[in-house]
Amino acid sequence: MGSLTWRGQGRPVISGSTAATALWANEPLSFWGGVDPETGLVIDQRHPLAGERLAGKVLVIPTGRGSCSASGVFLESVRNRTAPAAVIVSQVDPIIGLGAVLAEELLSVTVPVLLVTTEDFDHISTGDHVSINHDGSFEVSSVCFASYTG
Amino acid sequence: MDIELTSEEREMLDGEHGEATRLAMRILTRVSPMYGAKSLLSVTMAHIDGCIYEGVAGLEFAERLAGSGGAVRVPTSLNVISLDRHRWQSHGLNPAYADHARRLGEAYLAMGATPSFTCAPYQTSNAPIFGEQIAWSESNAVAFANSIIGARTNRYGDYLDISCALTGRAPAAGLHLDEHRLGTHHLRLRNVPIALQERDDFYPVLGYLIGDLVTNGVPVVSGLDHRPTDDQLKAMAAAIATSGAVALFHLVGVTPEAATIATAFGGQKPAVTIEVDAGMLRQSRRMLTTATDSNVDVVAFGSPHCSLEECRTIAHLVEGYQAQANVTVYITTSQAVRSIMARNGLLERLERFGANVTADTCIVVSPLISRKSGVLMTNSAKYAHYGPGIIGMQSVFGTTSDCVRSAIEGRITLEEGPWAA
Repeated sequence: MGSLTWRGQGRPVISGSTAATALWANEPLSFWGGVDPETGLVIDQRHPLAGERLAGKVLVIPTGRGSCSASGVFLESVRNRTAPAAVIVSQVDPIIGLGAVLAEELLSVTVPVLLVTTEDFDHISTGDHVSINHDGSFEVSSVCFASYTG
Repeated sequence: MDIELTSEEREMLDGEHGEATRLAMRILTRVSPMYGAKSLLSVTMAHIDGCIYEGVAGLEFAERLAGSGGAVRVPTSLNVISLDRHRWQSHGLNPAYADHARRLGEAYLAMGATPSFTCAPYQTSNAPIFGEQIAWSESNAVAFANSIIGARTNRYGDYLDISCALTGRAPAAGLHLDEHRLGTHHLRLRNVPIALQERDDFYPVLGYLIGDLVTNGVPVVSGLDHRPTDDQLKAMAAAIATSGAVALFHLVGVTPEAATIATAFGGQKPAVTIEVDAGMLRQSRRMLTTATDSNVDVVAFGSPHCSLEECRTIAHLVEGYQAQANVTVYITTSQAVRSIMARNGLLERLERFGANVTADTCIVVSPLISRKSGVLMTNSAKYAHYGPGIIGMQSVFGTTSDCVRSAIEGRITLEEGPWAA
């Protein structure tokens, strides 16, 4: 078992620093109807992360999706401490960005949101350790098993 | 902050117009760059979706704004709320939940919003006119205002909507600007029988298909042989904003920014052209039905809220009949339409049939239907779409008349007509 490290530079949509385990999916996620703000569970059965718990993870998705209420649900999940520790996206997304602005302004909780290139996006996998810095630089450490089957 | 502000906007941000306006301007200026805006523009009205109860944080925010003297700067209508203010007890709502849902609505009223409590504000006196810059939320209302009326708004989600209302500003970006209102996708109807186009389930199916095909662009639909009514366009706008994030579409020869195909695309060639045939529409219609047998437990009309005309159609169809006792019928509408019906006798005719005519709310945003199983039949693509997820029931999609017949007979009755192939 060894580890590989990838360093990237993103653009902070919401600036902050954190380090946590990644949950990665190449599928947009809507918080409204897609995430239960009480538990932080992904409840959209059609989403690859269905059944996963977002709390304390770095959520890595191409973009947020959907309804006018999604930013409100994001705010509720921050208040309930079920929100992800940070969000990494590959397309600018006003919905998640708005949710994170609301969390900072109303609850004084920073959920860093980082915009990265699709190349950087593809270098992250579920289970990787991701650390994000204020300036948007980030580091991904993958744990490699001899016979990786995931 | 990379947003250029006028001196008045700067005063709002500096707190000279009160704490609520300061907070609203702070949120607006932080989020505007995410929409690609470099400055703000003035809007003449707002429609608020944040009055739907999502949890304590949203309630705390609204009460904080109202408590610090927040007052809307432009005429502001309210979307549905999470309870029927006059009938919630008979709907079996949990009193603690009802209290929060009611307080949320009151906080917005305290800021000067009108108690419209409807998801179809474009069918009230709060409707905008062509070219008007507005800040609306609620996906179906945004799609209708942009597409059918030609007013201009992006989709303003929680709680950017009240931030726009308190400041009278919106990000100068996206669908507020000419260049983003041109078509991106051309959808050409090919060999779609006129008999299909005339049915009241055609427009929601067409919308559902196009939202799914286009997801995020500005679709332009050509080849319609039939002239749709406002209610048919309403059903289409709601469906297109349900299956996709479409906030503007054009119907050539029907909607105001699409007199011709060339106008709709600004003289440019469309990036994508898709031929739409009856087979694709059939498949889209099938996706709206998830139930597999003929049982029916709930029949629901009114997403978006039923207009007076739609209620009149239902009243005409139910004349002389009664719904089966084991089928619950909901007609969700606004208090304004319900009050008119209480005076003109329509309400009595609908209630005699066995319908629950609710105001202020709907079955997606309020736990009116406490059961988490069974079959929901509806003429609304939006209700049908959210049946299996948010409402918790399998769905069947049909025409208004199919829905009425099914309630009368106590089992699913679908008149396939030209859908059969």
